[in-house]
Amino acid sequence: MIKLNFKKNISAFIMLISLVVIAAVFSILSDGIFFYPRNIAMLARQTTIVAIMAIGMMFVIVAGHIDLSVGQMMGFAGTVAAVLQVWYKWDTAPAIIAALFVGILGGVWHGYWVAYRKIPAFIATLGGMLIFQGAKIGLGKSMSIAPMNESFAKLGQAYIPAYIGWIIGSIAVIAMIISVIMNRRSKIKFNFQTVPVGVDIAKTIGITLVIFVAVWYLNRYQGIPMPVMIMLVLALIFSFVAKKTILGRNIFALGGNFEAATLSGIKTKMNTVIVFVISSGLAAAAGIILTARLNAATPAAGDGKELDAIAACVIGGTSMTGGVGSIPAVIVGALVMAALDNGMSLINLETYWQYIVKGLVLTFAVWADTMSKSRSE
Amino acid sequence: MKDTVLEMRNITKEFPGVKALDNVTLEVKRGDTHALVGENGAGKSTLMKVLSGVYPYKTYDGEILINGEIATFHTTRDSEKAGVAIIYQELALVKDLNVAENIFLGKLHQRGGVVSWDKVYFEAQKLLDDLGVEVDLSKKIKDIGIGQQQLVEIVKALSVDADILILDEPTAALTEAEVELLMEIIRKLKAKGVTCILISHKLNEVMEICDRCTVIRDGATIGTNDISELDEDKIIKMMAGRELTQRYPDKTAVIQDRVMLEVKSLCKWSKEDDSKKILDDISFNVKAGEILGISGLMGAGRTELLMSIFGYMKGRQEGEIIIDGEAVKISTPKKAIELGMGLVTEDRKKLGLVLIQSIVNNATLASLKKVSRNGVLNADMEVHETNKFVDSIGIKTPSVDVQVQKLSGGNQQKVLLARCLMTKPKVLFLDEPTRGIDVGAKYEIYTLMNELAAQGTAIVMVSSEMPEVIGMSDRVVVMHEGEIVCEYSRNEVSQEKIMLYASGGCND
Repeated sequence: MIKLNFKKNISAFIMLISLVVIAAVFSILSDGIFFYPRNIAMLARQTTIVAIMAIGMMFVIVAGHIDLSVGQMMGFAGTVAAVLQVWYKWDTAPAIIAALFVGILGGVWHGYWVAYRKIPAFIATLGGMLIFQGAKIGLGKSMSIAPMNESFAKLGQAYIPAYIGWIIGSIAVIAMIISVIMNRRSKIKFNFQTVPVGVDIAKTIGITLVIFVAVWYLNRYQGIPMPVMIMLVLALIFSFVAKKTILGRNIFALGGNFEAATLSGIKTKMNTVIVFVISSGLAAAAGIILTARLNAATPAAGDGKELDAIAACVIGGTSMTGGVGSIPAVIVGALVMAALDNGMSLINLETYWQYIVKGLVLTFAVWADTMSKSRSE
Repeated sequence: MKDTVLEMRNITKEFPGVKALDNVTLEVKRGDTHALVGENGAGKSTLMKVLSGVYPYKTYDGEILINGEIATFHTTRDSEKAGVAIIYQELALVKDLNVAENIFLGKLHQRGGVVSWDKVYFEAQKLLDDLGVEVDLSKKIKDIGIGQQQLVEIVKALSVDADILILDEPTAALTEAEVELLMEIIRKLKAKGVTCILISHKLNEVMEICDRCTVIRDGATIGTNDISELDEDKIIKMMAGRELTQRYPDKTAVIQDRVMLEVKSLCKWSKEDDSKKILDDISFNVKAGEILGISGLMGAGRTELLMSIFGYMKGRQEGEIIIDGEAVKISTPKKAIELGMGLVTEDRKKLGLVLIQSIVNNATLASLKKVSRNGVLNADMEVHETNKFVDSIGIKTPSVDVQVQKLSGGNQQKVLLARCLMTKPKVLFLDEPTRGIDVGAKYEIYTLMNELAAQGTAIVMVSSEMPEVIGMSDRVVVMHEGEIVCEYSRNEVSQEKIMLYASGGCND
């Protein structure tokens, strides 16, 4: 059993180790600036947008498809929110709801063409990418739209005060302890073997430490950045969806074997549509946060970001053939990408080098993953 | 006296748990058209795969002599070089390339890397003319009929100057006229001195065209005779002449009066070609506690029948389906499952299991509602429910968290059954339930079928293994070209009768 688990986790280990290596290298090259609380807060904020898109992308890839439109959807939704608020004076809440609605509609559009009209997702979403890009530029009349209301900008710029940070951290720890206890109870109810109490306690203490250290470190600057908090909540929700719900199981099944899923009575078409709605909806959420952070919507917002999202998924071990993926791993994947961006900017590496390095890391990450898998066969 | 072109001596081939070939000997004389017959699963295809190098040298025991010399084929390319060409039932043509390109695929005439198209077409035309085949060289494979595709395969095989041509059930999908043409071509090949080995279920064809005939049964050679010494009855006897020992558990289940599934005049047309009828006026019923066997040759429409009733096969459909007294319309598998039907597919890897997932995830896939509340799964409940089946049907595994791709074929089949049974079906469809699994696991599945019948489940089993159909079924229907051609009760049925009707021998 332990051996099996270890094999399952090999790719996760490789990823964490590479993250540590990247951090160490940049820390040395930047004379320690990389680990300054301010930079860590920045890094966390930089991770959020790609991470949120990557969560949605993971569902699409797990289902055996791809969504190339998320970058432009992000830009378009951000522009919708900005236009409504700046030009039409909408309040923050309705502007956000409208932008999310645009995202959901975009997902329905893709899902329809892929599931019901059998157009390959690559093409359907490539079309969507061009459509949203056009819509974004046309709607924003090719200019930057600013400024947003203060309440809107907070979504991307605010920090959560230190004491609230501690409260949130504590709630998280309590929730975790409760879930560990419930888990044990359920196992006992079904007469299953439970892991030794010591293991559960050690695990709980470990995670508690991680949570509190993170809160403490971010509090050393200005607190947990608001967008990071949003990202964490979304990650938690969708991790739950992926692992604990019928919907999630259906998506993994139809990506793992479409025919088997159909013959098991799963509504494959409807589930495919839902997958694209999740992806587009989260892209819109990322767009709202981007607009808030920049306090403006720009004509180039989101350009090329779909590739970052895909890269984060792939680095996070999501299988391009479908059926395999995990949200925590995808978040770490996004963190790797962001750490590279952040670190290379810190040491003033020229832009062209940044592209080359990211490309190489992506290739090697996937290679390492493939190697470890073929060896564990 | 003709000399021997091919001799296979004492070939034994084992798969894990199954002895597919046991000391098989085959001797073929130069220039003969040699028939190789035997029921499904007897080992004909395995033997031909040994001959063509699909199973490399040393993965089997025994030796192959071609023109008196020992052959050691490591790949199919080696056997091709030695002049052995094989045409499989599933054609290996590239559908989007044209006829000429397919004939010379991988060996196009070229000069300095540039294809000499004129030469390709010239040579291809020459090959066609030699055999008297009329096909438009510039037509794509997907635009010509299945019969013509078959001919293209033969021409392709001959383009490498094959001395020995193996045809694996070449006429299974052909029309009457196409069969006639193929027969004509085999005669021409014979006149040119090409040796043909013909694998066929259609004994009339064998009698008409072959010189000698080898019968295989249960992986062993039964005998080789000149055709002049044989007739169809004798061949059938040789194919079926096994003693039916206790390979099937006794059925104790009582057949109830309650009809669980009734199908009336079911017709089905192909999704691709609406004028092509796949199922023609099918009517049958199954009662609670009864096992109905469906027999027939490959391509007779048995799987299509199950898949159509189950709502999986697209295409125009007419006729009535009545489940437990209630007329129903089944448009999707989801609906079928909700109505109390279960299907264990014939192709468990492609259509059945999510191989990368665990036993639990596969077992609960069709009953997720049962192990969840408000859409949220209860992982412990899933394991609990799965464990019940692991125990009751004997899935051998250290843990239900093991990926199903790591299990043996028999255990994979049981996981698929577990998924099906978890939905508590009233009507259970089993499509080739024991394909590719070992004898022990087969017996366990038979026992399980009897238990389910005893609990009142109506079972419909499609099987190509005739002894299985006869040993397990209360009633047997035989399908031929999309129709049910006859029905026998347990007492009346025999392999000879099934074979006669399955091969279209009796059309009344």
